[in-house]
Amino acid sequence: MIRVVLPAHLRTLARVGGEVQVNVEGPATLLSVLNALEAQYPMLRGTIRDQMTLERRPFLRFFACQEDLSHESHQMELPAEVAKGSEPLLIVGAIAGG
Amino acid sequence: MSGVRVLVGTRKGAFILTSDGKREKWEVNGPHFAGWEMYHLKGSPADPNRLYASQCSGWFGQLIQRSNDGGKTWEPVGNKFVYDGVPGTHQWYDGTAHPWEFKRVWHLEPSLNDPDTVYAGVEDAAMFRSTDGGQNWEELSGLRGHGSGPRWQPGAGGMCLHSIILDPKNPERIFIAISAAGAFRSDDAGKTWQPINRGLHSQYIPDPNAEVGHCVHHIAMHGARPNVLFMQKHWDVMRTDDAGESWKEISGNLPTDFGFVIDVHAHDPETIYVVPIKSDSEHFPLDGKLRVYRSKSGGNEWEELSKGLPERDCYVNVLRDAMSIDTLDSCGVYFGTTGGQVYVSPNGGDSWKPIVRDLPAVLSVEVQTLP
Repeated sequence: MIRVVLPAHLRTLARVGGEVQVNVEGPATLLSVLNALEAQYPMLRGTIRDQMTLERRPFLRFFACQEDLSHESHQMELPAEVAKGSEPLLIVGAIAGG
Repeated sequence: MSGVRVLVGTRKGAFILTSDGKREKWEVNGPHFAGWEMYHLKGSPADPNRLYASQCSGWFGQLIQRSNDGGKTWEPVGNKFVYDGVPGTHQWYDGTAHPWEFKRVWHLEPSLNDPDTVYAGVEDAAMFRSTDGGQNWEELSGLRGHGSGPRWQPGAGGMCLHSIILDPKNPERIFIAISAAGAFRSDDAGKTWQPINRGLHSQYIPDPNAEVGHCVHHIAMHGARPNVLFMQKHWDVMRTDDAGESWKEISGNLPTDFGFVIDVHAHDPETIYVVPIKSDSEHFPLDGKLRVYRSKSGGNEWEELSKGLPERDCYVNVLRDAMSIDTLDSCGVYFGTTGGQVYVSPNGGDSWKPIVRDLPAVLSVEVQTLP
C-alpha cells in the first residue's frame, strides 16, 4: 500500500480528506504510483502530469523521505519506506501567489 | 413566476446568483471551485439545468465541470484537449514562429438543441467539440488548418478563441473570434472556415486591412437576425449586415471606442450595449466614471447610461465575456467587473444596481432566464 499526500485543491477535487492509498503491482515507481492514483481517481488525470507526455506539471514537485524526486526518472524505484507504506509520497504545489 | 440564474466566473471561484423576475432580491451561492480560475460557465439552451464550467489553475491545468441540476452539484468530465495532427506554429509577440500549446478553455458554448453537445474555445486558439456531455473532446481542426494560422498572434491576454456564436436559423453556420486573428465563419458545422474581417482597420498591425491579425475582443448577435453581428474590436465598434462579408464602423459618438464587451437587447435587435474603456494601456473607465453606452439605432448614436453606477474613483475593467442579457419582458442587462462587482439593470439599462460588490475579479457573466 503506497501512501500519497495530495495538495489541498486536488484532495477537494478527488473528494478525499487526507492521505490516499493506492496499490501498485511490481516495483513502486513514480510512474506506477501515478498510474494507480489516476486509475483510482480519474478526475486527477491531467492535473499532476500532462496527459499526453506524462511529464510533471511545472508548478508541482514530488518529495519523499525528505528527498526531492521531482527531476528523477519516473521509472526509478521509490525509497523503500514509501514502497512499504511507512512514509508517504508528497505531491507538493509550488508556493506562488495570485 | 419566472426567474433568472446568473453564472459568474471569477479569478478564484464561481458564483451563482438567483432572483425572481423582479430581479430585486438576490441569493448568492458560492464560491464553487474556490481558489480556481473559472473562465466561463454556461447553461444549455436545450436543458437549463445542464451547465458547463471551465476550471483551471496554473498549478493543476484545465478541468471541465458539468452540472445536471443547475449548479447544485458538479462532476468533472473530460479535460483532454489534444490538437489534431502536428500543431504547427503561430506568430509569437515578436513575430517569430511559436509552437501551438494548449493553455486553457476560455469559452464554452452549449449546442442550441442538444445538451450533450458543447463547443470549447481554447488558448492557443482552436475550437473543440464534445458530443457526449464533455467527456471527450475533438478539435475542429479546419479552423487552424484553413491556412492563415501561422500568421495569428496572441493579444496581451494570450492567443484565445473567446467568442462562439451558433446561428439559430442555420445549424451549419458558426461564428467565432480570436484575439488576435479576427473573426471566422463556418458554413458547414465547423469543418471548414473562412476569415470574415473585410472592413476591419487596425493601425497597430503592419497591414491595417489584413485578412487576419485583428484583435477582435468580442462579437454578439441577436438570434432573430443572424446575419447581423456586432463587434467590439480592440479599438472600434463594428457591425456587419451580411454575416461578416463586410464590416463598417459604428463607434459614432462614443467617448472612446476601446472596450471588451458588446451585447444585444433581447427584444430589439437594433439596441446594443458596450462599456467604453479608456485605452489599450489604461484598462479602466474614462474619468473614473463607470458607464454603459446604449445605442437604439444599431450603432453610431450612443447614449450614456449611468444611473446607479459609480460616479467617481472607479478604475475597474469589464472583460470580454462579462456581459449578458436575459429574455424577460423587461430585458435585464448584467455585467461584472475586475473589482468584483456584478451589476444588473432590470430595465434594459435605464438604471443599475449591484447584485454583489466584493467578489474576486469577474471573468465572465452568463444569465439564464428560467421558466
